[in-house]
Amino acid sequence: MERREFLTSSSGATALALAAASGLAPAYAQNAPGWNKVAFDSKSFAEAAKALGATSAPVESKELILQAPEIAENGSVVRVGAQSSLANTTQIAFVVEKNPSALAALFDIPAGTDANVSTNIKMGQSSNVYALAKVGDKYFYAVKEVKVTLGGCGG
Amino acid sequence: MSDPMRIRAQVQGDKTTVRVLVSHEMESGQRKDAAGKTVPAWFIQTINATWNGKTVMSAQWGTAVSKNPFVQFSFKGGKAGDKLVVSWVDNHGDKRSDEAVIA
Repeated sequence: MERREFLTSSSGATALALAAASGLAPAYAQNAPGWNKVAFDSKSFAEAAKALGATSAPVESKELILQAPEIAENGSVVRVGAQSSLANTTQIAFVVEKNPSALAALFDIPAGTDANVSTNIKMGQSSNVYALAKVGDKYFYAVKEVKVTLGGCGG
Repeated sequence: MSDPMRIRAQVQGDKTTVRVLVSHEMESGQRKDAAGKTVPAWFIQTINATWNGKTVMSAQWGTAVSKNPFVQFSFKGGKAGDKLVVSWVDNHGDKRSDEAVIA
């Protein structure tokens, strides 16, 4: 019921926004302050790590746990989570290697906040998914292969 | 312009766990509409949460975050009745802020 209301109430606004955006796309697009455009333009894990400040290749760590499904039925909504038990973790990023935009999300971990975040991401195809953690000035990662079933044929 | 965020914040011991469901199209800029035209990217770029004025969550999102994004995080502190504010800014310069009470 709520979803129907949401769809009917937002369809007008969305149509307007799309109409305005399609005609004025360059002028209308306005990056939010503090948004790291270079990092979000990266096309690979290595590029994303570098754009986020890594000066050498990140090291794999068992203290960084990446939760992601083995098989994602729906590539539009893949729940991923990362938990770091490395002290002084200040950032956690999720990178989907084969996505057109490899860096999906970047979380700052302020003092007092757990280095444990979850979110839903889109995956264009089966790919390695990385969690990248910034610990002090070092970078660590965990990786998992996530298979994406498009069209529901399984396997 | 968008529906309110659904924010659930619960105290568990000395921590507060927060789950947020944001209402936003999160267009990646890859999709084509029925007419074959590419739908321009429209997505939340920055989002943060504050508790008693302190930032407890801060993130930058790209086009790969799902439509109607979900985020879960937890922080030390918080007690029932405290206020939590979640705010976001998207790539159109639109913003939204919603408040919730910690349970």
